[in-house]
Amino acid sequence: MTAFLKLLFRNRLAAMGAVVLTAILILVLITPLLPLQNPDATATADRFKRPFTEGYLLGTDHLGRDLASRLLHGTRLSLAVGVVAALIAATIGSAIGIVAGYFGGRTDNIIMRGVDMLMAFPYILLALAIVAALGPGLMNALIAVAAVNVPFFARNIRGITVGLAGREFIDAARLAGMGHTRIILTELLPNVLPVIIIAMSTTVGWMILETAGLSFLGLGSQPPQADLGSMLGEARSALISHPHTSIVPGIMIFLIVMSINLLGDGVRDALDPRLRSGALSRPRATTLVERAGDIPAATDDLLAIQNLETQFHVGKRIYRAVGGVSLAVKPGECLGVIGESGSGKSVTALSVMGLVASPPGVITGGAVRFQGEDLIGAPYESLRRKRGDRVAYIFQDPLSTLHPLYRVGEQLAEAIRSHHKLGKAEGRARAVQLLKDVRIPNAESRIDDYPHEMSGGMRQRVGIAMALANEPDVIIADEPTTALDVTVQAQILSLLDDLRRERGLAIIFITHDFGVVAQLCDRVAVMYAGRIVEEGPTRAVLDAPAHPYTRRLIACVPELGGGRRALAAIPGLPPAVDDLPSGCAFAPRCDKARESCRAGDIPLAGTHPRAVRCLYPEEAV
Amino acid sequence: MGGYILKRLISAIPVLLGITIIVFLIMSLIPGDPATAILGSYATPENVAKINRDLGLDKPLVQRYFIWLSNMLTGDFGRSYSLNRPVIDEVLERFNATLILAGTAFVLCSVLGILAGVVSAARQYGFADKAITFVVLIGISVPSFFLGMMMILLFAVNLRWLPVSGMFAIYGGGDLPDLIRHLIMPSLALAAVATGVIARLSRSAMLEVLRQDYIRTARAKGVHERRVIMDHALRAAMVSIIPVLGIQAGFVLSGAVYIEIVFQWPGVGRMLVDAILTRDLLLVQGGVVFVAACYVMFNIAVDVAQGLLDPRIKT
Repeated sequence: MTAFLKLLFRNRLAAMGAVVLTAILILVLITPLLPLQNPDATATADRFKRPFTEGYLLGTDHLGRDLASRLLHGTRLSLAVGVVAALIAATIGSAIGIVAGYFGGRTDNIIMRGVDMLMAFPYILLALAIVAALGPGLMNALIAVAAVNVPFFARNIRGITVGLAGREFIDAARLAGMGHTRIILTELLPNVLPVIIIAMSTTVGWMILETAGLSFLGLGSQPPQADLGSMLGEARSALISHPHTSIVPGIMIFLIVMSINLLGDGVRDALDPRLRSGALSRPRATTLVERAGDIPAATDDLLAIQNLETQFHVGKRIYRAVGGVSLAVKPGECLGVIGESGSGKSVTALSVMGLVASPPGVITGGAVRFQGEDLIGAPYESLRRKRGDRVAYIFQDPLSTLHPLYRVGEQLAEAIRSHHKLGKAEGRARAVQLLKDVRIPNAESRIDDYPHEMSGGMRQRVGIAMALANEPDVIIADEPTTALDVTVQAQILSLLDDLRRERGLAIIFITHDFGVVAQLCDRVAVMYAGRIVEEGPTRAVLDAPAHPYTRRLIACVPELGGGRRALAAIPGLPPAVDDLPSGCAFAPRCDKARESCRAGDIPLAGTHPRAVRCLYPEEAV
Repeated sequence: MGGYILKRLISAIPVLLGITIIVFLIMSLIPGDPATAILGSYATPENVAKINRDLGLDKPLVQRYFIWLSNMLTGDFGRSYSLNRPVIDEVLERFNATLILAGTAFVLCSVLGILAGVVSAARQYGFADKAITFVVLIGISVPSFFLGMMMILLFAVNLRWLPVSGMFAIYGGGDLPDLIRHLIMPSLALAAVATGVIARLSRSAMLEVLRQDYIRTARAKGVHERRVIMDHALRAAMVSIIPVLGIQAGFVLSGAVYIEIVFQWPGVGRMLVDAILTRDLLLVQGGVVFVAACYVMFNIAVDVAQGLLDPRIKT
């Protein structure tokens, strides 16, 4: 509770709302004690006195009544009516909701049908009908406003009750022979009460405003009694000649409603954990770059990732997702990047085109060179021109990576249209051809499918077709086959392999599956805790892994017909990248680790093309 | 799609019936002799006899309901005694004016609200976002009737830019530019709160969508950021914005009652308030049923729009 209040008052606006509301409440409570004039005492000689005149702090109204006094008494009345209406609505609505939710079945059905009917009205029509039947008057306006808000409580509380009614403690109470009334009062009500109170606090502002509204229309409080609404309503006829009589009650309503709104927002934000963690930040168009240190010189590779460092800044914590990774590919080459979840392989891949979500991602060092040109910190437009055109991505899980509301054909054509002028018919033809290229049967009709109408394998092919749309030089495939079953996986891998041979494109293939690497990649790099721990030609690494981690990782792969070989899971977990150990990150899980492994930074060493980041490798490289 | 629309229309029938039952039950709450109460200050002996005959007030409640319902189905909503004309004629005429006001306000709050929400989300924590958040906070806190009065003071009385009230100028008015000049203030005052609510919701819906994987895909394809926001993200966000538009339409329609009073707009809301004050209950009854039924139909249109936008909804 104190944590909640702290959180609430750290929100300056909410605190401001609380202060204003408290001030109004105190004023209203001590109103009878204040030396005020009788709010209903008329003085025709003193009509329409302006504010701050002698004896009348806020001036007088059309009957010469003291506005300050009327304002405080009116506020008192408005708040009282609003709160009472809220209490009535909450009591009746919650009772209905609890009964419906607890008994369920037909009772629930009939009650909720009725509630839905009531909610089909714009609220004021219902309120007007009630006031029309009962006649104008503050009491009847109060009844109308309460009645209009009953369905809101009934529906909310029913939802909560349905969830609770199925829980064990209710069953236990039933088995103990407790009656329905007792279960509702002693078991359900205490659990529902906090929700009722929160719902009330969010609607009380509304109800104050609604009763004020009815009074404004002349359907609520009747003269000489006045709440804020009827004060405003009466002042309306003198709006043009004496605006202060309108402005005074109007500002008071505004202050009340705004302070309740501010407080309500604060409560909601303090209760909603998603907002608390700041997770609702939208990613920028490109990853933020805050690069320190030297920028590595250009090489003659097609795409070179050089000493790349990408971090996530969450609050005061810094997660070093990628800690100085260098990779390079040449045309027609396929490079595998392998590692467990969280090893930084995907972040490395996304950093290339500035696609790491930012916030919280920040690229803090290194370079990514495409044909020698550094892409890190490049202007947005030059980066955008290369995205999908020269360097294309294939993502994992195409159900979430394809837009659910566009037909696949549109999404394919758009990939081309983002870089080249393209007519409508031509776009369609190109899209059909792309689907054929990735061997989707009935491409002409499939093109009008939405992603959710396709199977997982089909969607993945669409993802690949989209990457191929502009015949890029490099494709970065981020676990494109993980979500698929093995036969589809094999088809897709052979498809990628064909394309590579036919079109000479370079592929960076990210996976956690050695089988896939063996099938497709010329070279492989093994990542652990944001760094490369071993790299070399695929066969060499698979046949003679040099890093203990690589060896253990390969030992995890079950072999068909491999007999009763024990599958050796690696004990322990990868380290958290906001708290990396000094020295070798794998040392805590390594059975060969010695003191020196934990001492200092270990370089990636070996004779080209093999390299390993280990002081005591399994094999000399 | 046609089948879906039909299905939604059929599902509206019980709701419409429910509305008539609720209004009927509320009206039977009237204390004392119903004929005298319904007629209020128009309770001449002839009128009392006529209404007793029309509504069968001597008959049991259920039978009375069905008489009333079948009369309404033939377009007979009864007769307004204060205006001495059929209720339906008056309601239709007044509803036309309300539709112009509320319709304009609804378009304004939808367009401005969504636009503000999108800009706010795209510039999260930037100056535009903070400015919009502040204006929205003020907007949702000012009661529409007070806002309307302040607008009259500023734009009509002090600056003399716009007419104080009414729907047309008394002399020489009646054309479209005249209507628009009269429409600006009331529609803006009416739209204010709903604009704020929609802007807030659109902002959070956009922020939610912008974090999705398919937005990253669009960026990876090289789609221009403007298009990513205005097309990919907005279309997906509309899925959660549209239902709120339907709810806000109800609030706009409700708020129209106040605005019609403040700006002397000859709409159905002002008619209802006048009818309540003169205790012309048949006019209230007919007006409420008619407007509520229109609102139900509007919500069906919203559902259909949602179905058109989102192919995942089975149509």
